[in-house]
Amino acid sequence: MRIRPAQRRSLRPALSGEAVSEASESMKNESEPTNQGRRDFLGAAAGLTAAAVAPGMVLHTVDSEAAAPTGGVSDAHRWGLLVDTSKCADGCTACVDACDQENGLNLQSQPLGDDELKWQNQRATWIRKVKLQDNLTGQVTNLPLMCQHCEHPPCVDVCPTGASFKRADGIVMVDRHTCIGCRYCMMACPYKARSFIHEQVDQKLTRAPRGKGCVESCNLCAHRLDTGDISTACADACSAEGHQALVFGDLKDPTGPLRQALAKKPNRQIRQDLGLNTGVRYAGI
Amino acid sequence: MAEVLSKGVLLAFLSVALGLSAMAKAEEVGDFVQPSSKAAAVENCVEPTEYMRRNHFELIRHQRDETVYGGIRGAKHSLSGCVSCHVGYDRQGTPIEIDAEGQFCSSCHDYAAVEMNCFDCHATVPKGEAWNHEVAAAHAHPTGAAPLAATSAER
Ligand code: SF4
Ligand code: SF4
Repeated sequence: MRIRPAQRRSLRPALSGEAVSEASESMKNESEPTNQGRRDFLGAAAGLTAAAVAPGMVLHTVDSEAAAPTGGVSDAHRWGLLVDTSKCADGCTACVDACDQENGLNLQSQPLGDDELKWQNQRATWIRKVKLQDNLTGQVTNLPLMCQHCEHPPCVDVCPTGASFKRADGIVMVDRHTCIGCRYCMMACPYKARSFIHEQVDQKLTRAPRGKGCVESCNLCAHRLDTGDISTACADACSAEGHQALVFGDLKDPTGPLRQALAKKPNRQIRQDLGLNTGVRYAGI
Repeated sequence: MAEVLSKGVLLAFLSVALGLSAMAKAEEVGDFVQPSSKAAAVENCVEPTEYMRRNHFELIRHQRDETVYGGIRGAKHSLSGCVSCHVGYDRQGTPIEIDAEGQFCSSCHDYAAVEMNCFDCHATVPKGEAWNHEVAAAHAHPTGAAPLAATSAER
């Protein structure tokens, strides 16, 4: 039996993947004797090649123990953001652009002959700049809206395959290997945070796989966190622009920058009434 | 007599020809590592070669869950590590897509007639890598021999 990550099991107790992995295991055992001869044959062929490739080259083995930067996800952290809307500038798109760069969203291309407006509506975006206006007072508020990384995410509740899931550290994301593209999660999300990839994408980054028929959304730059870099592209870009409207950090660390910032400024969740306990909080709304 | 002799010659010729073609086939099968790839200069893969030939997908498929759900990106069985090490380079040092015809992944998969769809979503050349053992090695030996192309995250 293949080892399944513990947090997946705890999220979806009745995950049908268990049965699947057992089936594939027994298939493997059946095919074992058939392929043994071929394996030996390939093995002999390998000897030939190694000799042909080697001369004049310094041989070394792949360092399989190359230090992993982190030991993996744990619930010792819960990652989150504080958005100070009073500092978020009208017309600034620094966070959106940085996110596009970081996660390869700028590599999407408009399908030939597609209507421009339709494309702008359909292309994947992880952060949207939203402008609110109070019609009585005329007061305008700008804010970036991304996946709020709900503690009780409706997108996870509705997913029929378990592809939409919450990591132990609170990051909500989609496992594209099991996403069937039904888009229930897009319907369930109160924040319109998710995008669907409609067309095959030619250009993709190693850190941000992307393919036709799957749903995706902000993952708080999980690839950065997993490599021990406690930052997100959006918060970095906002600071670089001198706005400091975004503070990224660990909601479970009382002395960390996020909790310090949250303690100083009155803040709330968007649609707090839904009781989702979001990881992204807003000040000044 | 002459006829018998010529038959013998023919048989001998045939067996030599068959033997040769079998050898050519064998070389072809073992010849999928691109000479321009980093893998060509490495003694063996992350596991013994024969094991990798048969079981690489078991390893990748297991690792993918560790990475997606567990955030483990430095492990030796990551697909990004495969691409990083096995991608071939052209004369200008530009990486060639690993699923392009005749390149590492596709040449063997074509031979075995096994369709792969990893690269519907995954990058076919090392570009903007987060972390894998190749990136780790580059970090560990910053003064070491420069790889053919940049491997670290482009940010
Ligand atoms: S904001 Fe939407 S996509 Fe993000 S966790 Fe909540 S419901 Fe899911
Ligand atoms: S689109 Fe994918 S992630 Fe969303 S609910 Fe359907 S299967 Fe789950």
